[in-house]
Amino acid sequence: MWQPSASREALLARQRLYQTIRTYFSQRDVVEVETPYLSVAAVCDPNIEPMRIEPGRVGGQSTEQHSDQRFLHTSPEYAMKRLLCAGYGDIYQIARVFRRGEAGRRHNPEFSMLEWYRVGWDDQRLMQEVSELAQAMLAPRYPQLVVEHLHYADAVERYAGIDVFAASESDIAAKGVELAGQDLQLSRDGWLDVIMSHAVEPALPVDTLVFIDEFPASQAALARVMDDQQGRAVARRFELYFNGAELANGYYELTDADEQRRRFEAEASAHPADQRPLDEHLLAALQHGMPECAGVAMGLDRLLMMVMNTGSIADVLAFDWSRA
Amino acid sequence: MLENEPCSIIENEYVKPGKGQAFNRVKLRNLRNGRVVEKTFKSGDSLEGADVVEVDMEYLYTDGEFWHFMATDGSFEQHGASEEALGDTIKWLKEQDVYVVTLFNGAVLTVAPPNFVELEVTETDPGVKGDTANGGNKPATLSTGAVVKVPLFINIGDKLRVDTRTGEYVSRA
Repeated sequence: MWQPSASREALLARQRLYQTIRTYFSQRDVVEVETPYLSVAAVCDPNIEPMRIEPGRVGGQSTEQHSDQRFLHTSPEYAMKRLLCAGYGDIYQIARVFRRGEAGRRHNPEFSMLEWYRVGWDDQRLMQEVSELAQAMLAPRYPQLVVEHLHYADAVERYAGIDVFAASESDIAAKGVELAGQDLQLSRDGWLDVIMSHAVEPALPVDTLVFIDEFPASQAALARVMDDQQGRAVARRFELYFNGAELANGYYELTDADEQRRRFEAEASAHPADQRPLDEHLLAALQHGMPECAGVAMGLDRLLMMVMNTGSIADVLAFDWSRA
Repeated sequence: MLENEPCSIIENEYVKPGKGQAFNRVKLRNLRNGRVVEKTFKSGDSLEGADVVEVDMEYLYTDGEFWHFMATDGSFEQHGASEEALGDTIKWLKEQDVYVVTLFNGAVLTVAPPNFVELEVTETDPGVKGDTANGGNKPATLSTGAVVKVPLFINIGDKLRVDTRTGEYVSRA
């Protein structure tokens, strides 16, 4: 097990990918930044579990109030938003991020993420840029790609036969039970995750960049909620799928500090057992004011898997989790 | 253990929407009947482990209701298998041959034959002398009742080597 899991060719493909990204953003005056990997605050999202570490005493004594405990970031989102609030403009980052327990054929608990923010843009404009950059990134393998846009409700209707706005809790649960093979006792959003991952994602057209937007308001995370054309509340959030894999997730960012705090606290109450400290620095920055902006995170290892035409993330990592 | 049935996991895929609940899509083979089912679990859910062991055992005899086997590890431990547990292996049972017996909670769950068994022909049409390469064949009944296709030169009383995975004649033993 001392040998690498990736070929030399895969490492070269990563180098080329990073060059593509850096050239792309430097031509557009988007600044590359680095933010701390270890933070005193933890991610709020109850579906993402951070790794916590005790780095030992740093710069003096540790007290009850200034615990040594730090969390490895699960995305550079919070720190980058503080830069946005400070008025630093368009920024991007290529970061190694860490998520406890996420290991599988397409998951490694530490992986590489590209995250960027565009000030003054909304989700629709950012999707165009994501599409352009994704095409440049995938060009070594796919010189020409078709792009398709779908609203969440249309995708679920088309591939799972469910009208998410009209369907009752029990209709959605029944479809979920059918797909999962058993009753997992999930919430409405939990069952919708089953429907998306079991019925919708595998049925999306192949060799096509598929953007899905207008997620249910209950799955907004840190995106704004607005009414769609029929007056239904939807999240201004989008996901990019390619050949069965989720490559990117973006938002027209929420800038309302009070609303943000409400969502953080609602999420924190969803996991009372592991008491994650709220990011008070981020909340203070939002209070100061975040500019209107859109942001997106993209999984670079997944993208490399597509470029290398492999179904296994280990093939694009010098050493995967089992060899680390 | 899935719904009180012992199963083996043949595939386990981790599925995680970026902002959603994590699942494992698992393919399980029921060890009793071989059927494969696909189930999704919440990541982190656990299933009770099945107390299943595989033991090399020699076939001894049948009393008509049970087929009795004895462990070859020197323990002389004996177990009786029902007709249901034997399944297709009943066609390949020969005294003193060694089988892989799967025990679940101490009872016989399945019995797997060796890949090749040697059995005697009890019934077939008379052999045709000299015809060794013509490719023609005929049915032959073996001592266990199994029927296999054999070349025309095979006679009653010949011992044959048979592949139990395909049920095909391999050679004369």
